[in-house]
Amino acid sequence: MGRRVLITGLDTFWGGRMAQALESESDVEMILGLGANEPRVPLERTEFVRSDQKYSILSRIVRATQVDTIVHTFLETNSVNIPSRLLHEINVIGTLNLLAAAGSAGSSVRQVVVKSSTHVYGSAETDPAWFREDSQRTSPVRTRLERSLIEVESLVRDFTEDNPHLVVSVLRFANVLGTDIITPVSFNLRRRLLPCIAGFDPLVQFVEEDDVVRALEYVTGQQIPGVFNVAGAGKLPWSEVASIGGAFLLPLPPFQPRAFVAPLRQVGAVQFPPEMEGLIRYGRGVDTSRLVGAGFQYRYTSAGAVESFARANNLRRSTGSGEPEYRYEQDVEQFFRHSPAVVRGIDG
Amino acid sequence: MLQVSTEPSDATRTASRSRHSRDGEPIDATAERTSAPLVDDDRTEPEKDDGGSKPAPPRMSVLPVASPQPMDGAPHDPRRSDVDEWGRSENMRSILRRVYDPMYRYWFRVEWEGLEKIPHHGGALLIANHAGAIPSDAPAIMHGIEEEIGRPVYGLADYFFRTIPFVGTMWSRTGGVPAHPDNAYRLLHDQQQLALVFPEGTKATSKTYTDRYRLRRFGRGGFVEIAMRAGVPVIPIAVVGAEESMPILFRIGGLAKALKLPYFPVTANALLMGPIGYVTYFPVKIKLRVLDPITFDIESGLERYSRSRVMDEAETIRAKLQDSLHDMLRERRSIWFG
Repeated sequence: MGRRVLITGLDTFWGGRMAQALESESDVEMILGLGANEPRVPLERTEFVRSDQKYSILSRIVRATQVDTIVHTFLETNSVNIPSRLLHEINVIGTLNLLAAAGSAGSSVRQVVVKSSTHVYGSAETDPAWFREDSQRTSPVRTRLERSLIEVESLVRDFTEDNPHLVVSVLRFANVLGTDIITPVSFNLRRRLLPCIAGFDPLVQFVEEDDVVRALEYVTGQQIPGVFNVAGAGKLPWSEVASIGGAFLLPLPPFQPRAFVAPLRQVGAVQFPPEMEGLIRYGRGVDTSRLVGAGFQYRYTSAGAVESFARANNLRRSTGSGEPEYRYEQDVEQFFRHSPAVVRGIDG
Repeated sequence: MLQVSTEPSDATRTASRSRHSRDGEPIDATAERTSAPLVDDDRTEPEKDDGGSKPAPPRMSVLPVASPQPMDGAPHDPRRSDVDEWGRSENMRSILRRVYDPMYRYWFRVEWEGLEKIPHHGGALLIANHAGAIPSDAPAIMHGIEEEIGRPVYGLADYFFRTIPFVGTMWSRTGGVPAHPDNAYRLLHDQQQLALVFPEGTKATSKTYTDRYRLRRFGRGGFVEIAMRAGVPVIPIAVVGAEESMPILFRIGGLAKALKLPYFPVTANALLMGPIGYVTYFPVKIKLRVLDPITFDIESGLERYSRSRVMDEAETIRAKLQDSLHDMLRERRSIWFG
């Protein structure tokens, strides 16, 4: 019997791309995607179930579908335009319900993969140049996003201890760049205006979105337990990010930079969440040798991720919005998946 | 006539930078400490080369160089600057060396003794006594070793530097690294580099002229523990002259607190020259003596080392350095001419 996989956040970049990747795996028998909205990428055989963001129906779904793997990608790692309450509901309460469903008595779940972020390490002057997975953060938790992600990880840690027979993996992604995903950094690079703090040029890391999906797929497929940092090799100075990305640096005063950027934030010219201040002041480096040691191979370095994004960006500028947006049509999708009229098993 | 050549000095420096000799350290010892740093070395090696070898090796520069193509296993890395993973830039360093060289040669007239004890390969932790309101010893040591030996020296120092705009960035580009134990271990063990540390810390630079050449406490001996764990020797360097280059007469505690500085010194330079005195050293003669490398007969890679052993070793090194300083001071006839 093949694997039966449940993916949360099917309507987000992470879940959608992960489902696409799993569809081509022959040993994956069934893919079920949860999402508050319709998926935004075309999917062949993934079943979509609309659910609220807290997954209150999750335990029923797990029992009914007998899934053996849960890929939890629906964690908000970008705090722009999201109210505190919703962030907490999605990240903490969502994970709580998910883990409760996975760990209930007689559960069929054997593996849980959770997407997290290197935001859990923070950014401070007292940081080591490279955080290992077991390094402690050196500064107090300052932002709501960091707090919620740390809470999620502690829930997962408890869950791992309580369920030693399960394979639990946590992937901490560095700053993601790519054509499909919008992060504060990619937003600013697209607008060609990259805020920096005058007098600071910290070293940062990036990971390309293809490597993000491949890392999730690798850990899911190989069933490797543990916490892993995911970031492209090398670090580059913030000024070099602007240079490779073709953006102008917008220097902010070292004192209260967020206050000075507020007007630009208000008119939507730049995105500047609280997490960005530490990042562009002190940078962050995570040691990725654990995942590389487990056999994962990156296709992009940190600088390569920025370059790849810049190239895609140039194309988008010249050709307009790029590919037409995919629209999910419930009836059509149901027809192709379930109608007896459709002859299955032939390609093309 | 077509001739493309890179400066030989640059080429050798690059070559020596990218050379990381590996010791025969058993992998298990590392595995014990962290969960999976096994491929650490393999991963940092190409990345280091990419970052460091901006001036292309001479063999390559005569040929038209094809744009790098993504290869199997080693992804294409389109770096534009030569800033390495520690923030150090060899270009920036070489500019600074050109600017600082007259200072080194004609102002301080720096003189080395026993420079041959600094190894050409492999990691080593250099330690020295520290002095002067704005210490003049660190630049002199780093400059001397980079010029004479052709190896980069990473200067481990207080996090405080990182927090100052512009200064912090310059500090990082010219080889400054925050003195975190993980940073020191990675530099010394994984990358086999030279790292310079002042075990006394700001206790030494904030002391007044009346306490000159009296070594302060060597922290908690953390430098010994790092050297033991990384399996590298400690090489003490005795510095004479830096104390008199910017001597502190007294400190203003309240002002330091208000400005969030570790200390606020009133220096002899400032009294004589006004504010310019805070950036002008007296033209003292700086003499440096490299002492014999100290190796520890102990297993490397352990999580923890015996506290008493660490403190004993630190105290022994401190005593040796203090003796050496007294010896050098006995021989010194003039502050200005050595």
